[in-house]
Amino acid sequence: MLRFVSQRVALGALVVVGVVALTFVIARVIPGDPAVTYAGPHATAATIAAARRELGLDKPVIVQLLDYLKGIFSGSWGTSYRTHHKVLSDLGTALPASIELVVAGIVIAVVLGLPFGLLAARFPGKSVDLLVRVVSVIGVSMPVFWLALILQRLLSGDLHWLPTAGLYNPNLYYTHPLTSYTNIPVLDALITGNFAVLGSALSHLVLPALVVAAYPAGLIARMVRASVLETLGESHVRMTRALGFAERALFTRYALRPALNPVVQVIALVFAYSLANTFLVEAVFDWPGLGSYAANSLEALDTPAVMGVTLIVAITYVVLNLAVDIVQAILDPRIRVS
Amino acid sequence: MSLIVRELRIGFGERTVVEIDELQVGDGEIVGLVGESGSGKSVTSLALIGLARSAGAWVEGSIQLDGRELTSLDEAQWRQLRGDRIAMIFQSPVSSLNPVFRVGDLFVRALRLHGATKAEARDRAARAMREVVLSPELLRRYPHQLSGGQAQRVAIAMAVALRARVLLADEPTSALDVTVQAEILELIQRMRREEGISVLFVSHDLAVVAGLCDRVAIMQSGQIVETGPTAATLRAPTHPYTQGLVAAIPRLGGTHA
Amino acid sequence: MTVTVPSGSLARGRALRVLRAGRSNPTLAAGSVVLAIVVIIAVFAPLLAPFPADAGNATHPTQVLLAPSSAHWFGTDEVGRDVLTRVMYGGRTSLEIVVAVLAIAAAIGIPLGLIAGYFGGVVDQVIMRVTDIFLAFPALLLSLAIASVLQPSVGHMILAIAVTWWPWYTRLVRGEAASVVRRPYVESARTLGVSHRRIIIRHVLPNAATPVLVQISMDAGGVLLTAAAISFLGLGAQDPTCEWGLMVSQGATYFTTNWWYATFPGIAILITAMAFNLIGDGVRERLDPKRVLSR
Repeated sequence: MLRFVSQRVALGALVVVGVVALTFVIARVIPGDPAVTYAGPHATAATIAAARRELGLDKPVIVQLLDYLKGIFSGSWGTSYRTHHKVLSDLGTALPASIELVVAGIVIAVVLGLPFGLLAARFPGKSVDLLVRVVSVIGVSMPVFWLALILQRLLSGDLHWLPTAGLYNPNLYYTHPLTSYTNIPVLDALITGNFAVLGSALSHLVLPALVVAAYPAGLIARMVRASVLETLGESHVRMTRALGFAERALFTRYALRPALNPVVQVIALVFAYSLANTFLVEAVFDWPGLGSYAANSLEALDTPAVMGVTLIVAITYVVLNLAVDIVQAILDPRIRVS
Repeated sequence: MSLIVRELRIGFGERTVVEIDELQVGDGEIVGLVGESGSGKSVTSLALIGLARSAGAWVEGSIQLDGRELTSLDEAQWRQLRGDRIAMIFQSPVSSLNPVFRVGDLFVRALRLHGATKAEARDRAARAMREVVLSPELLRRYPHQLSGGQAQRVAIAMAVALRARVLLADEPTSALDVTVQAEILELIQRMRREEGISVLFVSHDLAVVAGLCDRVAIMQSGQIVETGPTAATLRAPTHPYTQGLVAAIPRLGGTHA
Repeated sequence: MTVTVPSGSLARGRALRVLRAGRSNPTLAAGSVVLAIVVIIAVFAPLLAPFPADAGNATHPTQVLLAPSSAHWFGTDEVGRDVLTRVMYGGRTSLEIVVAVLAIAAAIGIPLGLIAGYFGGVVDQVIMRVTDIFLAFPALLLSLAIASVLQPSVGHMILAIAVTWWPWYTRLVRGEAASVVRRPYVESARTLGVSHRRIIIRHVLPNAATPVLVQISMDAGGVLLTAAAISFLGLGAQDPTCEWGLMVSQGATYFTTNWWYATFPGIAILITAMAFNLIGDGVRERLDPKRVLSR
């Protein structure tokens, strides 16, 4: 098992380095002068030249890349040209907000998708099955940004059931200021017992999380259905029935566990996918997460920030894949040998 | 326990695939059901444990276990019987065990399903393993860590531990090496001798059946074309299909009989 | 002797076969019907659309932001253009994009996969590492990065998406190629002196073709949604090009008071994506039922 894990980690590290190099190359192709952005709108030629020296832009490209790589491992991810904060600290506030959103979305997606997928597999060909299949196709075909707009207008604008945008009610900054440990509002509010913020944060989370959940829910439902149906055709299911176990036991344990393998993989993939796609949801709901940060950085040609975002996303992807591999190896002992 | 089948009809949709007028497995008897693939022998054995319907087939006729009519049972009653009175073992023994559970885990759960306590179940499982000449240590393994022969012994051990009276064996040795095959066959004979289990042995291999079964029933296209005591039937087959099967058995030292 | 078959019965036979195929694979049938409608509307847009001029730069200051009516079924936009017309023309853009992206991605990905799988060794390792790196970039992010480097346009967007899409095909084809290479008939072909190129084209490619076709049909919906998303963020199609994602973002500004502007293009995206996905499902059921549902 240990060899399995260390092998995967090594491969992952390789991929991350590759990603960094690739992004660096792309960043160097971006026209426009970062020194200008850094120096600000009222810069003179002198200040721009000084900025260039300060940012290390006068050194050869390879040196810049190596410096950057060295910097990453020592924890210095550069300074944003736009916000003038350290990129790591910017990411430290942006990433948790996105994670809050995506985790909430995936949780909703699993809670909805798993049971309905099971239901569809339990009664294949019946109306439940058809309904689940139709709704899941709609889920995976839905343009996320459009769903966001529609739900926002309907549930917030027209019916006033839920708030429109933002992490939580801004008035609470003054009345119930939140101390941040994790920078995840819901978590911090829970830890510090700040129930006013907790309530507000949760109600602000519902709408965007639902939008994020649409695609994963559809995908998970389809995946569960397909996987369970396939498992039901395998020999060991016949044996399980021959031993006297009920259909229900199959669906809650004996057929479900082997069937979960590909589903776990899909959940991880879709988590990574959703993390990247929070762009769209964050844009509509004014959510100050990774997506907004990346969009603003791209617009401003803020190379260190863009690099930071890419790096974080690549690392997340690699870590997630690793986690999936490990979970799968736990769930299915056959995998540990390969 | 005896199994008496009369007027059994099994089909899928419009197609009738099995039409058996009579088939009997007496108490403590080993009966062979022989036929090629597609003859309907496998679905017949599934019907005898009530699993033909979950394979999509319809079943009509009479199946009596010691006089009790099984075709009128509901699903809950069938579930009590399965494993407990009637057990089944399959081809591909390793794939027939749930891959994500340790073998002993499934074993114990099956025993507890039929009423044993955890301690009883563990005890009976270990004892059954010894009876089939396997170390109880193997219960800690996963199915893919067992050989085909070992896995099939485990399946038989489960039948023994559950105290099944009838064993339906669907091609249990077809996927095994010849030497391992012989061991499994010997094990089945011992189970009959020591526990008095009645066995329906389904196979396409007449040579295997010849060495094991008291009586044999030959199946072709869903119907039983010949039946009788093994030695007599195979020595002097009356039906042309049986004659063909017998003629095809390879013999040492020469061509066919 | 010639046999004359009444032409009516030939046509009837063909129709019956199509119907029977439709009944056995309703997903494929449903998706195909919807897609056919979309394609017809897109292709014949210049003829079918009520105000073809509105697909471009026309402005009608007197009919700005009109609600749906019998004259303008989908209403008008902020410069007075008929939304229905623009949605119809948007179909052309979308289909263009999907076809172009998949063609380019396949053209890059398939040969790379064939080479990697067939030759193995160092070549394989290098190609697969590069593929892994591209795979670690989520499609949207890389597309956005590229799109922000080049001037936003439909063409550049197509390029950007294709660049993120090819790795999947490489991986897929490489797997198939690697397994075909080990088969005895390939070995014997090689000992007979058959050239690598011949073996790849004659033996490896046909075997790899099926899973790739299935994947391509499953990807069409995803490409459409990605393109719409990029345009929504302003990094893809630009006005006056009719693109559904762009129209939704344009309509978003007026959404609270003029619901039709953003709604109808969105519905168009949904329906077309559904059609693509249903076709993808149907193709997968038919050709490759054991396939894992997602990539």
